Amino acid sequence: MAQQQQTTEKAAPPRTPIESGCPDGFQYMHPLMIKNYGNWKYHDRPRPGVLHHVAYSGDEIWTVRVGTQRQLGPYEIGLLCDIIDKYGEGYVRFTIRSNMEISLSSWDKVEPMIKAFEEAGYPVGGTGNSVTMISHTQGWLHCDIPGTDASGVVKALMDDLYEEFIKEDMPNRVHITTSCCQINCGGQGDIAINVQHTKPPKINHDLVANVCERPSVVARCPVAAIRPAMVNGKPSLEVDEKKCICCGACYPPCPPMQINDPEHSKLAIWVGGKNSNARSKPMFHKLVAAGIPNNPPRWPEAGAIVKKILHVYKKDAKDWERVGDWVERIGWPRFFELTELPVTKFHIENWRGSRYTLNASTHIRF
Amino acid sequence: MAQQPKNPDKHATYMPKEKKSTKAFHKTPLLDQLESGPWPSFVTGLKRLAHDNNMMVDLLGQLEYSYTTRKGYWKGGTVSVFGYGGGIIPRFSEVASMFPESKEFHTLRVQPPAGNHYTTSMLRQLSDSWKKYGSGLIAFHGQTGNIMFIGASTERTQHFFDEVNSYGFDLGGAGPCVRTAMSCVGAARCEQSNANEQKIHRILVNNFIDDMHRPALPYKFKFKVSGCPNDCMNSIQRADFAVIGTWRDDMKVDQAEVKNFVKSKSRKYVVDNVIARCPTKALSLNDDDTLTVDNRNCVRCMHCINVMTKALKPGDDKGVTVLIGGKRTLKIGDTFGTVIVPFMKLETDEDYEKIREMAANIIDFWAENGLEHERCGEMIERIGLVNFLEGIGLEVDPNMITHPRTCSYIRTDEWDQEAEKWNQRQAAG
Repeated sequence: MAQQQQTTEKAAPPRTPIESGCPDGFQYMHPLMIKNYGNWKYHDRPRPGVLHHVAYSGDEIWTVRVGTQRQLGPYEIGLLCDIIDKYGEGYVRFTIRSNMEISLSSWDKVEPMIKAFEEAGYPVGGTGNSVTMISHTQGWLHCDIPGTDASGVVKALMDDLYEEFIKEDMPNRVHITTSCCQINCGGQGDIAINVQHTKPPKINHDLVANVCERPSVVARCPVAAIRPAMVNGKPSLEVDEKKCICCGACYPPCPPMQINDPEHSKLAIWVGGKNSNARSKPMFHKLVAAGIPNNPPRWPEAGAIVKKILHVYKKDAKDWERVGDWVERIGWPRFFELTELPVTKFHIENWRGSRYTLNASTHIRF
Repeated sequence: MAQQPKNPDKHATYMPKEKKSTKAFHKTPLLDQLESGPWPSFVTGLKRLAHDNNMMVDLLGQLEYSYTTRKGYWKGGTVSVFGYGGGIIPRFSEVASMFPESKEFHTLRVQPPAGNHYTTSMLRQLSDSWKKYGSGLIAFHGQTGNIMFIGASTERTQHFFDEVNSYGFDLGGAGPCVRTAMSCVGAARCEQSNANEQKIHRILVNNFIDDMHRPALPYKFKFKVSGCPNDCMNSIQRADFAVIGTWRDDMKVDQAEVKNFVKSKSRKYVVDNVIARCPTKALSLNDDDTLTVDNRNCVRCMHCINVMTKALKPGDDKGVTVLIGGKRTLKIGDTFGTVIVPFMKLETDEDYEKIREMAANIIDFWAENGLEHERCGEMIERIGLVNFLEGIGLEVDPNMITHPRTCSYIRTDEWDQEAEKWNQRQAAG
């Protein structure tokens, strides 16, 4: 039958795509958003998980924020949309961290909707000073170069941080990210859990010549550790293992340079990333712990360190300090003291511009 | 927390009684451990889909195999739809002999509406289309901002694309090209917005749709739009071209609301959390509990406005700051986006044409001068900001730097001419 279909399709010219690009958001917006576009006056948060915005016109809109598992199927979409239709007005948007935001024109609709989501097993929260949903990557589910899974790490952590999602008990908002390789697609975070490779790639020399464009692989290496070589009479590549920083950048363009390893692909934890310009300028996150086992299905060792950092931050930081702001105030020596994490030579930057990260002063806390 | 669901048929833990897929389930003892706990489980979701189709039966098998061996088993390839060169992430299984039904498991990247707004009917329609041609699994959204339709065979990607394309959706970017853009909720629901994020987002990305669908640039190029310096879209760290709303007149202060805030929170709270946290010491609390703002020294960081949402607001003379070159590690290390336009108005058609033209100049210059796999920020690092500015026709501005150079090794042959240029620009206003 597939054969038959192909024959009939051959006669018709292939369909030309409509290059419409990014769709207009207005066609899916809540009517109050369209009416008051650019004319909002202020907002407050009547309870965790709910935002309340007031327009100059006097119109008010309530937003219920719901945590999801990001990967949704027809059942979940149907379940969530049924609740939105029954208790809301049919309008929803997603935040950058995969939370759903449902728009409501009346406060009376808020509590029944929250109850419906909670009864369906979906948490309401993620606003204000909470630990919101972890932004993450695809991992073993779909990526071609992952050192670990993403959805699993996130599920395990969000189970543990559930109470922090539905409450607003942190000094300021906490954005956690996970990434399955050192490219760090999960992005900057107050706390980031990223794969850190610890051994140079293992090369399958039989495959390199057929699979890899060797000059581009050589060019991809940040430390010029890769050079062309003949191995067993075949054109291949070799790695100067003393130079190699185990970043894995050669693996995407050349899969025979296998960087992932069940034992030696470890996890590392970074803290203090901040995208906002509020108070301090934006900051990148910094390495605080590495060598953590990549331990599915629940990664307890990585989770324990994240929870420890969160616990200390919650206790020691002042109101409105993000993790990065807090560490800047108390200093890194105190951070390591309070979190009881070891300080190693690996914490000291040796990449370009590294001298700017050293302490060129006598500013020392005792 | 582990309450029994009131209605088990309408719950995140629901499992269909009927199995429509014909292939037997693989054993998944590791993944099964991710079904407990209060957060909605993606594993339960995958299992529901495996009741529906054989592709997801084998996908679960492969995922469990990854959990067991701690390795990934997907490899890339080349798949696209007719007329396009990108937009699909091809995935072929390296363990297809064990899991043949999911041997092709491609993702289509589809651009969401600006601001990620949907109606439930549109979500259901997208879900129905994907159920018809793919695995049924959709990620809202990927890290670049796409709707990720995960899991379809090569043959079916075209049919799915044709269907969603006919009702207004288009593929996003994948590979060395202009990528799908992102913008915050902005003016639609946020009083802190200083821009029309919807319009900026669509004007930028939809004018470079050819550079998105036919990858031919040195590497990826991302636009992100945030309505204020809180930068909810992480644009400074993640976008090659970041547009951030700001204002240049005085911030708005409702002194009566300031007094209310002081009364409800206490003077100590306001001093500790608002006054003392201003990065440029531009705030002062007066004896009568009103606020004085040194607007000339305010750097628009947003902190005080975030804390006192009723009392403080951005001003009226709104516009945007443009920063270029943000990205994460690969290959030279992290780079933040840095300022190339401290302030520009975006009101008239000419204003929007100006920002579109600037984006075109930047992409053209980078396409000409960037090395293979070199992001725009990395090129700037290699050639220096001044060469970049000359290449795209922008003049230097002190807002582009944290401080002037500290290294004396510089030739200053044409100092007088350059100083004269600056004086003339200052005189011209």
